[in-house]
Amino acid sequence: MTLAEQLLSGNRLALTRMLTQVENNTSEGRAALTELFPHTGAAHLIGVTGAPGTGKSSLVNQLALHFRKQEERRVAIVAVDPSSPFTGGAVLGDRVRMRDLAGDPGVFIRSMASRGSLGGLAQATAGLVQVFDAAGYDTIMIETVGAGQAEVEIARLAHTTLVIEAPGLGDDIQAIKAGILEIADILVVNKADRPGVENTLKALRSALELAHPVRHVFQHHGKLEIIEAPDETIYNSWIPPIQKTVATEGTGISELANEIARHAEHLRESGDWAARERNRLGAELDALLQEKLVAHFREQVPESRYEAVLDQVFQRELAPWEAVKVLLNGRSE
Amino acid sequence: MSERKTSPEQGEAQSPSKGRKIRVLVAKPGLDGHDRGAKVVARALRDAGMEVIYTGLRQTPEMIAEAALQEDVDVVGMSILSGAHMALAPRVLELLKANGQGQVKVFIGGIIPDEDQPRLKEMGVTGVFGPGASTEDIIRQVRVAVPE
Repeated sequence: MTLAEQLLSGNRLALTRMLTQVENNTSEGRAALTELFPHTGAAHLIGVTGAPGTGKSSLVNQLALHFRKQEERRVAIVAVDPSSPFTGGAVLGDRVRMRDLAGDPGVFIRSMASRGSLGGLAQATAGLVQVFDAAGYDTIMIETVGAGQAEVEIARLAHTTLVIEAPGLGDDIQAIKAGILEIADILVVNKADRPGVENTLKALRSALELAHPVRHVFQHHGKLEIIEAPDETIYNSWIPPIQKTVATEGTGISELANEIARHAEHLRESGDWAARERNRLGAELDALLQEKLVAHFREQVPESRYEAVLDQVFQRELAPWEAVKVLLNGRSE
Repeated sequence: MSERKTSPEQGEAQSPSKGRKIRVLVAKPGLDGHDRGAKVVARALRDAGMEVIYTGLRQTPEMIAEAALQEDVDVVGMSILSGAHMALAPRVLELLKANGQGQVKVFIGGIIPDEDQPRLKEMGVTGVFGPGASTEDIIRQVRVAVPE
């Protein structure tokens, strides 16, 4: 029996070994992914992102408990923490907040270090998710520290992306910065028992209104003004809801789970589920193509020639664009 | 993949082979709540280029073995200050074996009387570190224990 076959029959040791092979991008891992791929596509992928300290791990913990108790879904969690850019080491501490899940065979938590490269991280995460999907996990949560591009890339893996905010992290300008809010399908204001929660909610609401205009009635210089909402159909009809939670006490969790279910339903009804899958697989295909093409190219060009051109670039004799042309023998453009 | 700026020792401190990192589970079993030592070790191993999964306080042997399985670690390091090491260590070793992870190396740190050390090693514990152990020594022993 191959490792993939053992995994499909429910062997957890095979599953964990496979995750390692895939994360390390070994040839065994790639071969196994090929074998497993036909068995993927059933799971609901939920991305969870937000600034450090907003309570992502605690929320994931609570959501997993909810999914287990209320819906008996099998839950996998991929928790990504940063690697040190200097030593490559990492301390992965998300399990500390997930101890309630210990001892439940229907939950599998895997910690992953970001290991540097941007595209590589998204690719490795996609691989792990596929392994869990094939192993029959119904819900897969991907938790990342939300600070920039890497998280946006990972969010694109998910069907439903939660962006977690907490009171006191910044003014309303933070809320309208591009990127992190645009990827949200559901906004969560965690630590909602803290002072300042109303300000956070207000800032998020106004940021959302900018992104998703609604019918607006207001007084301006004593005159009643009405701004009609643009035609709903030209926008994606999903307006991200804002859900308040207190993860440490479990407050707001079942409401959040309802919103997640509602979003999944919306995706299926609107056809967005398929569209997202297609986009995601397209991005994955592009990344792999890029990697293969570069590898293929480097095999054909002798290392010495590459080094010589790099030297010329280093001496400022060649601009990088010209260097590419030279290396491709004028095949570019 | 570009290699990051590292000093020669740090470069060496990386993984045994390319694309593979030493993964270590650092756990605190039992009921004592003093985790400074475990955190110092976790940080030192991180700075040596390893991936350290930190599980926090009051872990049962079952929780430790389960985490070791899910994380597919090479090494489990346990910090025990309560005196319960002669009960906890064999249980963790037994559960690791039962899960098919007999190859995982187990290290123990904390307050371990000298006379218990040989018995722990007989049981299958790879290394024991008491107060005053240097982090360099811990890193070196972990690296030696994990096969390339």
